Amino acid sequence: MSMHTLLQYKWSMMTPEFIVLITALILSLADLWMPNDKNRRPLAWIAVVGVVIALIATAGLIPAKPVSILYDTFRIDSFSKAFKLLVLAGGALCLLLALDYRPKEGLSHRGEFYYLLLCALLGAMIMASSGDLITLFVGLELLSVSSYILAGIRKTSAQSNESALKYVISGGIATAITLFGMSYIFGLTGTTNLKEMAFEVQKLADSNYQYLLALAFLLLLVGLSFKISSVPFHMWAPDVYQGAPTPVTAFLSVVSKTAGFVILLRLFITIFAAAPAHGKDPSSLLLSMQNYIAVLAGLTMIIGNTVALRQRSMKRLFAYSSIAHAGYLLVGFAAMSWVMIDSIWFYLLAYVLMNVGAFAIIQRLSDEADSDDMIHFAGLYQRNPLLAVSMGIFLLSLAGIPGTAGFIGKLNIFLGALMTEPGHYMLAAVMIATTVVSYVYYFGVFVQIFFRPADEAASVKLPVGLTVTVVLCAFGTLLFGIFPSLAYQVLAQFEHFGDFLQ
Amino acid sequence: MNGTYFLSLLIFSPLLGMILLAFVPKTQERTVKLLGFLSTLPPLLLSLFAFWQYLRGYRLEHLAEKHDWVRFTDFPFLTESTYLVRYELNIDGFSLVMIVLTSLLTTLAAAASIHIKKEWKGYFQLFLLLEIGMLGVFAAGNMILFFIFLEMTLVPMFFLVGKWGGFDRERAAYSYLLYNGLGSAILLIVILVLFARTGTSNLELLNEMLHNPVAQAQLIAPLSEELRLWLFVALFIAFGIKLPIVPFHRWMLRVHVEAPPSIVMLHAGVLLKIGAYGLIRFGIGLFPDQFRHFAFWIAVLGVINLLYGAFLAFVQEEFKMVLAYSSVSHMGIILIGLGALNEAGIQGAIFQAVSHGLIAAFLFLLVSILYERTSTTTIDRLGGLAKVMPLTAGCLLAGAMASLGLPGMSGFISEFTAFLGLFQTKPVVAAIGTLGIIMTAVYMLRAVLNMTFGPSMRNDVQALDMSTIEAIPVFILLVLIVSVGVYPYMLAKPLQAAIEMMMNGLGG
Repeated sequence: MSMHTLLQYKWSMMTPEFIVLITALILSLADLWMPNDKNRRPLAWIAVVGVVIALIATAGLIPAKPVSILYDTFRIDSFSKAFKLLVLAGGALCLLLALDYRPKEGLSHRGEFYYLLLCALLGAMIMASSGDLITLFVGLELLSVSSYILAGIRKTSAQSNESALKYVISGGIATAITLFGMSYIFGLTGTTNLKEMAFEVQKLADSNYQYLLALAFLLLLVGLSFKISSVPFHMWAPDVYQGAPTPVTAFLSVVSKTAGFVILLRLFITIFAAAPAHGKDPSSLLLSMQNYIAVLAGLTMIIGNTVALRQRSMKRLFAYSSIAHAGYLLVGFAAMSWVMIDSIWFYLLAYVLMNVGAFAIIQRLSDEADSDDMIHFAGLYQRNPLLAVSMGIFLLSLAGIPGTAGFIGKLNIFLGALMTEPGHYMLAAVMIATTVVSYVYYFGVFVQIFFRPADEAASVKLPVGLTVTVVLCAFGTLLFGIFPSLAYQVLAQFEHFGDFLQ
Repeated sequence: MNGTYFLSLLIFSPLLGMILLAFVPKTQERTVKLLGFLSTLPPLLLSLFAFWQYLRGYRLEHLAEKHDWVRFTDFPFLTESTYLVRYELNIDGFSLVMIVLTSLLTTLAAAASIHIKKEWKGYFQLFLLLEIGMLGVFAAGNMILFFIFLEMTLVPMFFLVGKWGGFDRERAAYSYLLYNGLGSAILLIVILVLFARTGTSNLELLNEMLHNPVAQAQLIAPLSEELRLWLFVALFIAFGIKLPIVPFHRWMLRVHVEAPPSIVMLHAGVLLKIGAYGLIRFGIGLFPDQFRHFAFWIAVLGVINLLYGAFLAFVQEEFKMVLAYSSVSHMGIILIGLGALNEAGIQGAIFQAVSHGLIAAFLFLLVSILYERTSTTTIDRLGGLAKVMPLTAGCLLAGAMASLGLPGMSGFISEFTAFLGLFQTKPVVAAIGTLGIIMTAVYMLRAVLNMTFGPSMRNDVQALDMSTIEAIPVFILLVLIVSVGVYPYMLAKPLQAAIEMMMNGLGG
């Protein structure tokens, strides 16, 4: 590649990635040169500012036409822009949590903590923009490897170590399965480029090839279910969520999950929607495999919501809740309606706000007690009424009660599942039934917050980073619940992701 | 009254009270209670004003409001209003009657809330939120808005029962939440199937889409006859849980017993009626053919409800349980009226909804007065009330008379009209049902007579009769019960137009 070709690419399209990368570099160098006894907390502010600038830059790219640079390995289309916005917003909020993370024994590697979060975020962004299996995998690994370290960053805590180890092992297996699936597609098409793959698979009319392609589909589905923590690779979530530092837990449940859905949608829609099939729907392999996704979605919702009923630990509860939400999102995917990507985007937006907000409050209360048992929420209403009401808003939104963004998100997913012909009545019924089951545990937290007396009388004070997070998240949850058209106006600019396959 | 924001103002006026309450220190018990009570007055005055204007011939269509709220998808191949959800409010005579009932009972329940013992501020804020939800349900112009307001009653009720209720309050709150959550969930599915496949949730448009052969072609996805049958069954179950119909009634017993009496006034008086309202509005309104198909079984279910509630009320030791089963029984009469599926039947069902709302609120108001003084509602332990609390005992007897359907009181009119309707279409079912009316007299009189005249068990408790401030709401309700009974036309007139519309939908 000559210098000339290198320079003629529209590098400006990568501005958000560059900003995050440069911020990470500045932080790592600053961390290196700073005296050891110096407080590293200000570095987090730099990270937050960097991510916010990247967010603004991404928003600035929205009107730009879709382009594909670096030999079609890096795509900027409305899909990547839309989901990058979510990933960056989630990342910024998680960094605000990290700013005020105060474990009992203190955090010795604060600087690392921040720039590793940035690296993970960068990985998620690359995943959103990748147009090639290689870049996609590099992004995936950047996100995963950074997350492994982050989960174990509390070096002296046994739980944190356990969490990191479990995460590495199950993550490794999942990656292997994903790669195995990818190898089949590569073998069948002879290319790693998604666009060329989409062209090549159309020629695979022979049923033997389709058999292999279906196998690849299932392997990819199983492998990627690790990132979105859905059945069958959901078992890591409770252990890892519980042991990891709370900002990392929030990051895994929000940014990592969003990134997982990004590649799930990108891969499956590009490759498999074009492939012919012999199954239920001969026009497309993706449509004929709909039932498999639907079964996994149903199982994910059922397992997540029922096991959550028995949890006392808040982080484990939220782990199962996040599994359940992955199930709801999969319903949106399995329905394969016109509004599929729109509904998933809106739901993830609501999910980012309500989940990070809830984790901010969990972090504050579990840091103080060095335990995340539900009992520490007892009497929160007496200790800090505003905080209790904010937590109430997040829980209502997670439960999908009207007035919150979570309700509109659920409504949209239902709409997708029911507007197709034939309608996905079974799936919608499972989703609504498990939602009612989820009331039990979400309202169980309510009972602690509002009905139970407090153990200690001291009022709860919130540090500045957490305050900003809670206020932003609560405001957003209500705003998009009461005026959802604001979010739909943003969504309208992406024009239903029509440039997805161009 | 030309303002197009009249209905919004009516529904959301309690919001002002909620905001004002936020600025009152929570230790100021008197101020909080007074402010809480005063905040229920604006909706009451507004709704009474609307009612009065309507009786004078004002056309309620002028009050309709419509604003775009959210559009779920805007694909170019869909029309402008497809998948558009509007914030739209409109009322007819039927909903106006329910709104007046709601705002009236809320004010009276707020007056009865003087017996609330703790955290008055939170109590009244939730109470007012509940009122917004209840008022909104009756004014909602589309099904999604209806659902949103319905869910707005769910959360405050959970707290009001779970925090301010009796001994077993949390379990009651949970069973309320789960049963009603399930009911709402089923309802949501029905609403969304209709919305997803027709592209609208507006009642009038839906009616058009479902029944006009020309509009059928514009459906996004087909709605087969079989699907409609299932939708109706789901709708019936959803509102059946809320009404409640017999196998789904357990939650309602718990709430009746455990919730604070002032909340039960609203629960029995208004919230249960939402089930009836939904069945009439959506069941008959959108699925008349399916309703006709199941009419016989609905009437049978009504008779089962009536008899089951009556027989179980007879053996209860706890007065609140008697009233709870009496509610089950009286909801049966609504079903009986609906099952008749003629003008008299539907009118009877709506009459019963209003009348039971008044009577149940009246009786629970008395329960709150009794409980405040004696700390018990067990029938045996309340014996001899007539001596110590003559006024309360007298009112209790009047309530029992109204409940068992004594001519001249509202209960008589509604039961009579409902049965009149059913005798016209299904005489055998109706004949069996009349047994229930006899049973009502038996269990009501057993309970009330034992309480008023039975042997006195309480020598230690010093009981005082009701104070003036407690007596005012009691007498307001009593006057209403009697005046509906004596002059039912004041209820029949506003309902006339709405019932005629429904009969047209049913095909005469």
